[in-house]
Amino acid sequence: MVELLQDKDRIFTNLFGHHSPGLESAQQRGAWNGTKDMLDMGRDWIIDQMKASGLRGRGGAGFPTGLKWSFMPKEVGARPHYLVVNADESEPGTCKDREIMRHDPHLLIEGCLIASFAMQAHACYIYLRGEYVTERLAMEKAVKEAYEAKLIGEKNVHGWPFHVYIHHGAGAYICGEETALLESLEGKKGQPRLKPPFPANAGLYGCPTTVNNVESIAVAGTILRRGADWFSSFGRERNVGTKIFSISGHVNNPCNVEEVMSIPMRTLIETHAGGVRGGWDNVKAVIPGGSSVSLLPKDICDDVLMDFDALSAHKSGLGTAAVIVMDKSTDVVTAIARISYFYRHESCGQCTPCREGTGWMWRVLTRMAAGESTIEEIDMLLEVAGQVEGHTICALGDAAAWPVQGLIRHFRSEIEERINNYREGKPVFVSQAVAAE
Amino acid sequence: MSVRRLAKEQPESFAFNKKSEDEIKFWLGKYPDDKKASAVIPMLWIAQKQEGWVSEPAIRDIADRLSMPYIRVFEVATFYTMFNLAPVGENLVQVCGTTPCMLRGSEDLMSVCKKRIGKQHEVSEDGKFTWVEVECMGACANAPMIQLANKDGDHYIEDLDAEKFEKLLDDLAAGKKVEYGPQSERNASEPHGTKVLSDPSLYDGSRAKKIKLPNTEKAEG
Repeated sequence: MVELLQDKDRIFTNLFGHHSPGLESAQQRGAWNGTKDMLDMGRDWIIDQMKASGLRGRGGAGFPTGLKWSFMPKEVGARPHYLVVNADESEPGTCKDREIMRHDPHLLIEGCLIASFAMQAHACYIYLRGEYVTERLAMEKAVKEAYEAKLIGEKNVHGWPFHVYIHHGAGAYICGEETALLESLEGKKGQPRLKPPFPANAGLYGCPTTVNNVESIAVAGTILRRGADWFSSFGRERNVGTKIFSISGHVNNPCNVEEVMSIPMRTLIETHAGGVRGGWDNVKAVIPGGSSVSLLPKDICDDVLMDFDALSAHKSGLGTAAVIVMDKSTDVVTAIARISYFYRHESCGQCTPCREGTGWMWRVLTRMAAGESTIEEIDMLLEVAGQVEGHTICALGDAAAWPVQGLIRHFRSEIEERINNYREGKPVFVSQAVAAE
Repeated sequence: MSVRRLAKEQPESFAFNKKSEDEIKFWLGKYPDDKKASAVIPMLWIAQKQEGWVSEPAIRDIADRLSMPYIRVFEVATFYTMFNLAPVGENLVQVCGTTPCMLRGSEDLMSVCKKRIGKQHEVSEDGKFTWVEVECMGACANAPMIQLANKDGDHYIEDLDAEKFEKLLDDLAAGKKVEYGPQSERNASEPHGTKVLSDPSLYDGSRAKKIKLPNTEKAEG
């Protein structure tokens, strides 16, 4: 039996917005408690604790956060250091950072101070996606409160001159890629940069920069308050901590919820999301980590754990931990075709394999959904997806290829059936009715 | 990628009003003095909030003020899909159509749009509405959802279905005030009827008491 996360161990105690996001209320919940003591322990202590906590980045790639912080130059040269927080939450299925920003903004601002101090940055930009207007205003309000209470600012109670600036985009998924985000923040089109140089060397305005996801930064304060060993006591080795899961699609109660890492997918869905519509046996497939990762058929979902290693063992991934559930009424080919449409729409157009390939994959999948293709085209699609994957500057090409590859890996027979049905003049796809609840 | 062009008909001129100027000042204060181009997206957004869309004269004005070549600002305006490059109706209804919303009925919402408003991107005859299908807006646990942009600002309206959505459009057409956020009994994206986060000790101030940080003992010798 899995040990579920208890309320006393939740980091985001206002995730649901039942309490005020304001400073006073946030402090009652423990934010900004002991922050000065953390800074007094010094940079090395903070980075060592973050490394010891085992926190892996919560934005999708899962890179160890403490290690990333340690890549910044040890000495500040002529160029200032920057922390940039990636709040461009756009991965389909993902809606967790939004709740942090509008309900627990002070945990994020506190984390920004801690991380910036550890990396010797005096300024931090938080880049929100343009659509998050309410969240942006909530963040501006919280930043203003923090300045007024002298928690941050040129002269503040923590003794580290520090500024937080809220910035926003205007509707481009690609700006969630860290170098595209930096381009955008510099006032350009969001087109990813070639790496190296990595941002820790030449990032924002050519200065040493670290880009972290909202959740990775917002958990820092609580990890240091409760201890690295506390955080690493949840989940399996290399996959530790607590994590906000976004559960959407065909469940009875879609939601965001903070849980332990390595929780079985079925337990997560049945405990918090009210179960799958029509019961667990009605599962067709689940995308476990946002649209970029491969979907998993029911037999894998039955006992798979929600962590980096367990999901990548099935050629999928934890990604942003956005669980998209599809029941048996789902036209799974069309559902993935719609994801392909998304990538076609969001490709920045810089690399040919992605610019042309995303549209091509969408057009072929759309025909396949209607049965209007040939059996040979399935392998051709797989080949083209492989040509896009790994042949682009950023990971958008990969992200566009993986769902398509996953579909063919697990539902090839269904595509073949449609092609055959179409040729025989039978209905191509008949949705199975949802069982009565 | 999406191909976007400026509208054929453009106004003669553009000028920011007083309110916009105040906002621009606020935004320009966020970036180093020699990096003012960073303010280009916020300034285009302010121009859009003032006029309802981004016109060519606005692009030129912003370029001049940020000492950027026109083409660079033009690139930004056409790259980012939230910039309306042509006038829109009083209420811009942006329906999320990506898979998580699609699984929960966004196609029904779009059928309502087609029936009530007409073709995507076009202003309705009475000038009150424009609708567009947009990509994931990051509110997937509250699907299906729309973002409504009008004089009142930009707001998410979530947990919708066709019936609630029709009523919403009725109210907007009649000039009535509408409720933003989830159109269900939920506050935000919490699981319906959940017991999670109900422990009172999280909120009674006990967490604000002075603490001693763990792992702060100096290692021996």
